[in-house]
Amino acid sequence: MTAFLAMIAHTARLSFGSGGGALVALVFFLAVVTAVPFAVGPDLNLLSRIGPAVLWIGALLASLLVLDRLFGDDRDDGSLDLLKLSDLPLELVVLAKGIGAWLATGLPVALASPFFGLLLGLEPKALAATTATLIVGTPALTLIGAIGAALMAALGRGGLLIAVLVLPFTIPVLIFGVSAAASVSLPPAPFMAPFLILVALTLASSVIAPVAAAAVLRFGLD
Amino acid sequence: MRLSGRDLTAIRGLKTVFSGVSFALEAGDLLAVTGPNGSGKSTLLRLVAGLLRPAAGSVTIDPADGRDGVAHLVHYLGHLDALKPALTVRQNIEFWIRFWGGGDVAAALERVGLAALENLPVAVLSAGQKRRAAMARLVLVDRPIWLLDEPLTALDAAGATMLGEVLSEHLEAGGSAIAATHRDLPVAARATLAMGATA
Repeated sequence: MTAFLAMIAHTARLSFGSGGGALVALVFFLAVVTAVPFAVGPDLNLLSRIGPAVLWIGALLASLLVLDRLFGDDRDDGSLDLLKLSDLPLELVVLAKGIGAWLATGLPVALASPFFGLLLGLEPKALAATTATLIVGTPALTLIGAIGAALMAALGRGGLLIAVLVLPFTIPVLIFGVSAAASVSLPPAPFMAPFLILVALTLASSVIAPVAAAAVLRFGLD
Repeated sequence: MRLSGRDLTAIRGLKTVFSGVSFALEAGDLLAVTGPNGSGKSTLLRLVAGLLRPAAGSVTIDPADGRDGVAHLVHYLGHLDALKPALTVRQNIEFWIRFWGGGDVAAALERVGLAALENLPVAVLSAGQKRRAAMARLVLVDRPIWLLDEPLTALDAAGATMLGEVLSEHLEAGGSAIAATHRDLPVAARATLAMGATA
């Protein structure tokens, strides 16, 4: 357990430190959100209708873009070998690194979303719903991204390729996240049903992603 | 504890790096692995550590401790120092203490001669100092088998002496070690495994 917590803290600390991407993710999120009103024009009704979707797309891109070095750095500096030589199974190392990366990127993005939502003219209810769905949904984005990050490490690549590879697999998270977040502004639409599916997606990815990414790291790097 | 490898064969890509390599190591033994570049010294160490899987043959520990593989028994000092440049020497070592459980940072850094530099970020260290910081992990947590890949690289004369002291303490305490090297080790090896030239 100590090893698991140490791995989480280490990953989060490296993300916040120099060369880490935590702050870049947050600023990138802000950049995406602020660019939309310039493109769409000052139509507040339209902006508040598409607001939850814009926040979700911003969060999705921000989460994925900073993940490309999640395992690549460890492979390049040799840490990955030592992480394998331990009592902690590689699956749990992956899960811990995923949680650490989420604490450094997904959580700050979710917590910043009500403020950034103001730029899009969102109602208070929609702000609350979007923030809630992002807090619940961003772990799934990071964990699914971790599979891509493991592939990046195995291929020795970085950069935008991870977004291209992983984005299609995050579409279900996006669909249910946005439909839950937008439902509060469209009265007959239910909130709980898509929200609970979003919870299920996060729980399922927290099991599937560590197994998949660990398999890639074990056999893809030979 | 007896560590042995039997008829090990390694294939990287389509090329057979070596085949039919066997060795046996008793407690307190140091095995030197020599051979020209590309003869598979590093590959052999990674095979023994379980970081690569042999195409044929097996690595066994006797008596078996009921656990799969040797990952929890080995220290692997590879070509890479596994240090995070943004963190200080102390922060780097402290992570491994928490990750592996146990160990004394101050004593380990004192042992490898880095006590005065513990609060410097690793990014500003020289290659030899990084090597010493990587070696601090060997004395941090007690593991019976050390796998050293070119341990003398970048070390100065004092560093080589220090490695010799650390290594002989480990061997006297009943540990064993395999070292791949081009240079003379500071501790006399009990046996030498000469890897062939590549075909």
